[in-house]
Amino acid sequence: MNIHEYQAKDLLKRHGVSVPPGEVCDSPDAALKIAEGLFAKGAGCVVVKSQIHAGGRGKGTFTTGYQGGVKLCKSAPDVHDKAKAMLGNVLVTKQTGPEGRRVNKLLIAAAPDIKKELYIAVLLDRAVSRPLIMASTEGGVDIEEVAAHTPEKIVKEHVDPAVGIMPYQCRKIAAALGLKGDPFNAAVKLIKGMYETWWQCDAAMVEINPLCVVAGPDGKDTVVAVDAKIGLDDNALYRHPDIQAMRDLGEESPLEIEASHHSLNYIKLDGSIACLVNGAGLAMATMDIIQHYGGQPANFLDVGGGASKEQVAAAFKIILSDPHVKAIFVNIFGGIMDCNVIATGIVEAVKETGLKLPLVVRLEGNNVLAGKETLKNSGLTIIRGDTMADAAQKVVQAVAR
Amino acid sequence: MAILVTPQTKVLVQGITGAFGARHTQLSLGYGSQIVAGVTPGKGGQTFEGRTPIFDTVAQAVQATGATDSAIFVPPPFAADAILEAVDAEMDLVVCITEGIPVNDMVKVKRAMQGRKTRLIGPNCPGVVTPGEGKDSHGGCRIGIAPGYIHKRGHVGVVSRSGTLTYEAVFQLTSRGVGQSTCVGIGGDPVNGTSHLDVIQLFMADPDTHGIIMIGEIGGSAEEEAAEWIHKHGTKPVAGFIAGATAPPGRRMGHAGAIVSGGKGTASAKIDAFRAAGIGVAATPSEMAETLLKMM
Repeated sequence: MNIHEYQAKDLLKRHGVSVPPGEVCDSPDAALKIAEGLFAKGAGCVVVKSQIHAGGRGKGTFTTGYQGGVKLCKSAPDVHDKAKAMLGNVLVTKQTGPEGRRVNKLLIAAAPDIKKELYIAVLLDRAVSRPLIMASTEGGVDIEEVAAHTPEKIVKEHVDPAVGIMPYQCRKIAAALGLKGDPFNAAVKLIKGMYETWWQCDAAMVEINPLCVVAGPDGKDTVVAVDAKIGLDDNALYRHPDIQAMRDLGEESPLEIEASHHSLNYIKLDGSIACLVNGAGLAMATMDIIQHYGGQPANFLDVGGGASKEQVAAAFKIILSDPHVKAIFVNIFGGIMDCNVIATGIVEAVKETGLKLPLVVRLEGNNVLAGKETLKNSGLTIIRGDTMADAAQKVVQAVAR
Repeated sequence: MAILVTPQTKVLVQGITGAFGARHTQLSLGYGSQIVAGVTPGKGGQTFEGRTPIFDTVAQAVQATGATDSAIFVPPPFAADAILEAVDAEMDLVVCITEGIPVNDMVKVKRAMQGRKTRLIGPNCPGVVTPGEGKDSHGGCRIGIAPGYIHKRGHVGVVSRSGTLTYEAVFQLTSRGVGQSTCVGIGGDPVNGTSHLDVIQLFMADPDTHGIIMIGEIGGSAEEEAAEWIHKHGTKPVAGFIAGATAPPGRRMGHAGAIVSGGKGTASAKIDAFRAAGIGVAATPSEMAETLLKMM
């Protein structure tokens, strides 16, 4: 699960990471009030930041033509105007796809005078099954670019999960970032807090980019998290009801939400051949084989190992809600699950939805003969695929016609 | 011989009284596997289906029955504890079927298992099958949830992160009259106990295994590591398939570990690594067995 920037900053703050003062709002009037408060407390500049689950906001464009989802303002009325131009409108960035995302919330925050931009993240290093802190002096830019072109500018520090992060590790990273004096000490505290956020919230990733050296309120230089991104481990959400409450359904595809209600794993794609498959690996492989034979998959859909008739029916309704779908490919290897149960589910779903599109079914496994019999006796036009390759070629042909 | 388990392996089931554990214990017993005990805390002294004794702790079950391997079917919040209980009882092999264990729990488990004798397979995996000699491979050792009847005793080793793709490969082999030495599902989570490389090394050392099918998917770099080792030390033909060439970056494709993030873990990088190592790459998942058999 992903959360918004303002929510990520809340979690970081709870673990001792400094972030610029600010508040979230959903109306221009509220934005004005927050901005007035920030200017009154001495902010020289205030930033208005669109809250969507996608990067590239600053360089994005609203479908209204308004440029930029992140804006710096010198006065409170200016904040009001910019908030008005953003709220309720759809922002398109390089990460949202052409459909963009509606901006329902804005973060209004003090914009400190930035002296230096750094990068820091905590993530899982799968190769060694340990948390990894990655930091770089190249902040504010795409870290993948840095990794590709100047990998020597990235420092890495693994954390032993049995011990947790040690202060010396934080000092090592702060030193590698070229920090000295007050910002060095501030960074040591921030890195510890950031790691604690990752561990205690069961995050998949915590990223602060940029981490900035700024003049603190007391005149001394310090470090603050000017932007932050947190992804959570879905498997661990059950033990964090407060974080679960941060889920923003507006950021998710309605079909994917509907699928999750039926314990179906569905991801919408751009092609025309819908797939209904059991097992995540087979579902991915089914998408691949469609493309191999010249088609384009419309979705990933894993009905799981023990799909019921009801789930199959729900799955059909979901894939048929996608208007781009021109044919359906059902690929079931029923190792334990009864192929006849699946076949009965398919027949019922086809009758119930009045399916007019070509349907190719490849059924294999437990009780497969009874399943094939059920499909044959249904009176429906179902194209039978004998192997995965045979079925994939038939469904691609059906779309080409 | 085979790897990891043989038809004589004595297995206990942690979570034997849950619906999922019970169902698959029945299937394993029906397959002829030696399921000698179950563990459900608080139900010690009862029996499963009137024949398999149930114990409160793994240690008690091991002491009373001589079980060396465990199959874990407990729900995700209790799985890390169940794994470490089996490790503490010094079992040889623990196969964790449970899907949905928090990643940090597995990070802790892996750390706690350092220096211990137990091997962990999974989590979020279909388990291990060493087929038997009987009809529909009856009499083999089935730990987990794989359909036993699709197997056939023979000499091809299969290792995969995905359950259904393992079954697909096994079915393709058996349909062609080709049997398997052992089939291992290592699981689809980002942190798992046994890697592709670990299983490949076991297969290469097993005189009973003459060829290997290795099935991977997007995410991580375990397939690349295995390929590199095969390139340097491989002595048997290996064919493979990588799922997820069409998966959009940044999305988790069902398995918690199946994600391309930050440009890492792409199918094309893995396929290139396979090719560079002389591993036969199946163009489609329909041709996994065919690709290997052409090399053997």
